Amino acid sequence: MHELSIIASIVDTVTESVAAYPGARVVEVRLRVGALASVIEDSLQFCYGIATDGTPLAGSKLVVKILPVVMHCEPCAADVELEGLQSFRCPRCGEPCSDLRQGRELEIEAIEIDEVEEAV
Amino acid sequence: MTTRIVELRRGILKKNDELAAGLRTSYSAAGVLVLNLVSSPGTGKTAFLEITLRELKARGARVAALVGDLETDNDARRLAASGAPVRQINTHGICHLDAEMIGKHLDGWEGVALGALDYLFIENVGNLVCPSSYDLGEAIRVALLSVTEGEDKPLKYPTLFNSADAAVITKLDIAGPCGFDRELALHNINEIRPGIRIFETSAKTGAGMEEWLAYLAAERASRNA
Repeated sequence: MHELSIIASIVDTVTESVAAYPGARVVEVRLRVGALASVIEDSLQFCYGIATDGTPLAGSKLVVKILPVVMHCEPCAADVELEGLQSFRCPRCGEPCSDLRQGRELEIEAIEIDEVEEAV
Repeated sequence: MTTRIVELRRGILKKNDELAAGLRTSYSAAGVLVLNLVSSPGTGKTAFLEITLRELKARGARVAALVGDLETDNDARRLAASGAPVRQINTHGICHLDAEMIGKHLDGWEGVALGALDYLFIENVGNLVCPSSYDLGEAIRVALLSVTEGEDKPLKYPTLFNSADAAVITKLDIAGPCGFDRELALHNINEIRPGIRIFETSAKTGAGMEEWLAYLAAERASRNA
């Protein structure tokens, strides 16, 4: 349950980034969250509404893209996607995999902002 | 009004990751092997650490421990009985330790210099969820599981067990009365973290400690080679 501190960190980063666009309004914040990141989307959304109040992110939408776990399977010489988190075995050949290639991400991918047109 | 997409591609825990990377560099420069012990509350991290500190000290190793809890310094007092320097970190409600807390408690720790240590143990706050996201710069993350907890704990908390470098089963002395299914527990740990080193221990009887201490010595030697 550290979602609130995660949102607080997002608020800091986005506030810093939009400072370069005076008058801009944050419309959307897009996250990439790996399935192994120990973060629950519902909790993120719940905290987001509260923690963004009174910040440049107020009223914006949080879009969370969950990334499945991808392992590299040596026998198959391929990157394979796991269906769940109950077995770290290659879904093709059944061999155990420990070479993680995706799944721990926790990052802000991009933000969408509305800019005020400059007066001519 | 124009809409613009600003690509950020920025890690949310970047600050922690950067601090952890700095800690890792200083641990490695000092030649100290740092371990982060993680489990649910009540698994027996403190008891396991007590015997580990005691046995390492008896073998002449220079050891210290940082111990995290929401409140109280009970664990630090227990561990200090081993004679090793121990410092309590109270998180006051925060459910995990982070790299900043570790850095702060290492700085100004009277009488303890990283360069004068062989091993530093960090006992994390009892929690099987959040500590998996916070790198403390450790060389080895150890996930502990007691025989009283249920063999499916690794399946329930895959994010933590998958991030571990070693697993320790504790309270082996009461495995019988608890109906602990050893094969199933080993199987489940291996499903989540294939090939991980697993130690089956009892802090009461000392079972499994020889293997664990040999592993620590070997890890330390290979990293300082």
